[in-house]
Amino acid sequence: MKPFTKIFSIITPFDKANVDTDQIIPKQFLKLITKSGFGKFLFYDWRFNHDGQEKSDFILNDSKYHDSQILVTNENFGCGSSREHAVWALKDFGFNAIISPSFADIFYSNCFKNGVLPIILDIDEIKKLLQYSDKIELDLDSQKITCGDEIITFKIDSHRKIRLLEGLDDIDLTLKEDKKIEYFERNSSRVSIFE
Amino acid sequence: MTETLFEKIWNSHVVVEKENEPSLIYIDRHLIHEVTSPQAFDGLRVNHRNVRRRDLTVATIDHNVPTTDRSLPMIDETSSTQIKTLEKNCKDFGIKLFGINDPNQGIVHVIGPQLGITLPGSTIVCGDSHTSTQGAFGAFAFGIGTSEVEHTLATQTLWLEKPKTFEILATGKRKNTFAITSKDIILSIIKQIGTDGGTGHVLEYRGNAISDLSMEQRMTICNMSIEAGSRAGLIAPDEKTFDYLNNRKYTPKNYDELVDDWKNNLMSDTNSKFDKSFTIDVEKIEPQVSWGTNPAMVSDVTGKIPTPEDFGQNNEIQIESAKKALLYMDLKPDTPIVEISIDRVFIGSCTNARLEDLKDAAEIVKGKTVNSEVSAMVVPGSQMVKLEAEKLGLDKIFKDANFEWRESGCSMCLGMNPDILKPGERCASTSNRNFEGRQGSGGRTHLVSPVMAAASAIAGHFVDVREWC
Repeated sequence: MKPFTKIFSIITPFDKANVDTDQIIPKQFLKLITKSGFGKFLFYDWRFNHDGQEKSDFILNDSKYHDSQILVTNENFGCGSSREHAVWALKDFGFNAIISPSFADIFYSNCFKNGVLPIILDIDEIKKLLQYSDKIELDLDSQKITCGDEIITFKIDSHRKIRLLEGLDDIDLTLKEDKKIEYFERNSSRVSIFE
Repeated sequence: MTETLFEKIWNSHVVVEKENEPSLIYIDRHLIHEVTSPQAFDGLRVNHRNVRRRDLTVATIDHNVPTTDRSLPMIDETSSTQIKTLEKNCKDFGIKLFGINDPNQGIVHVIGPQLGITLPGSTIVCGDSHTSTQGAFGAFAFGIGTSEVEHTLATQTLWLEKPKTFEILATGKRKNTFAITSKDIILSIIKQIGTDGGTGHVLEYRGNAISDLSMEQRMTICNMSIEAGSRAGLIAPDEKTFDYLNNRKYTPKNYDELVDDWKNNLMSDTNSKFDKSFTIDVEKIEPQVSWGTNPAMVSDVTGKIPTPEDFGQNNEIQIESAKKALLYMDLKPDTPIVEISIDRVFIGSCTNARLEDLKDAAEIVKGKTVNSEVSAMVVPGSQMVKLEAEKLGLDKIFKDANFEWRESGCSMCLGMNPDILKPGERCASTSNRNFEGRQGSGGRTHLVSPVMAAASAIAGHFVDVREWC
């Protein structure tokens, strides 16, 4: 995973609540067996008409936002299915950070595994951000979002922060604990399925 | 110090614990299916890693299998590729697979308990959010993403932040134990606590109204914990649990010994503290029907479609969501639920496609015929369920009534196989999600219990099933 760097970008205002992963990436695109190429299917049913033409009134089709790396959205983003394809699609489309008052648990966890930063902010701060049209600076290291003269700070678990900043591989880190895993297995009887 | 059931399971699975950091938790059971695993196996290959505990891992094919005649070739090439990929991955890495023609094939959360793979007190994961189903056995069972599937394959552990605990206390007696089901209980709970009410928490369902339920009914409740935002929901095991798992294909040899241990340990201590608590009196529950595009948008069958303002109660976001939902669902406020006509009926999914569900639905259907405007299908949760149902003659009851009787799989719950709604079609479905397009682009889903689905199929519109029994 690439280390997470400072972002300087406009936000994409996406003021919707309870956006489920079925909307983020509809099921017909879950049949691919690779991790890449999901961006073109992001929000497919909201972005395209039945004939495959872009819907002009859908915000992600507005060329103004094409280089945006930050999605600002509303509560309970990413609810429903555990499909990590949702994060792969957002990342592939160009989003490296998602800001919301709340996220669904599995989606939140999936973001960190793919170098996408989910940030939780108060609803009032979200409302302000949704109105902000200039570029903002998002710095994970200092946990600050700078919008012109205003600075918004955000909280994040320090453990997850370091993993993102250094682009660390979770499995590599876990394998360093191998002795402890072996110790656990020796000292507790895990019941094999096939005795 | 008192502990809740969840805390006991958590504490007995901690491999590494550091202050203010996630803990490394050991995983007892890893279930795999074709959709969320290919990239995980690729990751193992790229990094020259192996599967750490094949003996704790099993796979099946459920999401995109056709439910029609399996001797015919698959039409959808991408589905076929995904299925072949899982077959190859299981072969290469030595994982037991219940493949497409295996008598034990079925929806992963249905076969786990049926095969005795699901055990009380264990940690269970699967790359599927409805893994929570298996919490009905007093296990910490939760859905994971593909990266976590890879992590579990390689290490048999996961880094997890300890969730908080949320007690759901269900009291009273259902007024009609046939017509008012555990589906109605869980839909009522979600209606009240909301789709994010349980976020960050593990739910523990407690109280006499839960103990009264059979194991299959309990699974329906735990299954939809994720629809309340909880990655996991669980129920303390009791005699019903131990009886259910006895003498299954993979029930452990030292089962009696294990049961003795579970009986002594697997319950929340008296006076244990939950971070949150919610009480529901099931006596007040009616059959439920969802009307919107998330599982909290639910009404009593005797009710009417709410106005967005009544639904939202001054919450702008909720009002907007309801407006959008009514537009998508093509419904108008104040329409009585029983006046809503349907085009399709789906009895299936990991929520409601076990034997009891099919028996109850057949009870309603027996001797009647599906309305001529409705197309209805039954998709058993597993091949084992299908076989048992056929032994009881349920297939004949359904077929005589003009229901289609299919092979097992996830089917129209998420429509990854050919079983999908056409745009605009309205479906009474026993599944778990009524999201936009969930059962097919432009399709409209109403979540109901199996008996409600069966009665509505006959009538051609929603009916109060209490009047049918």
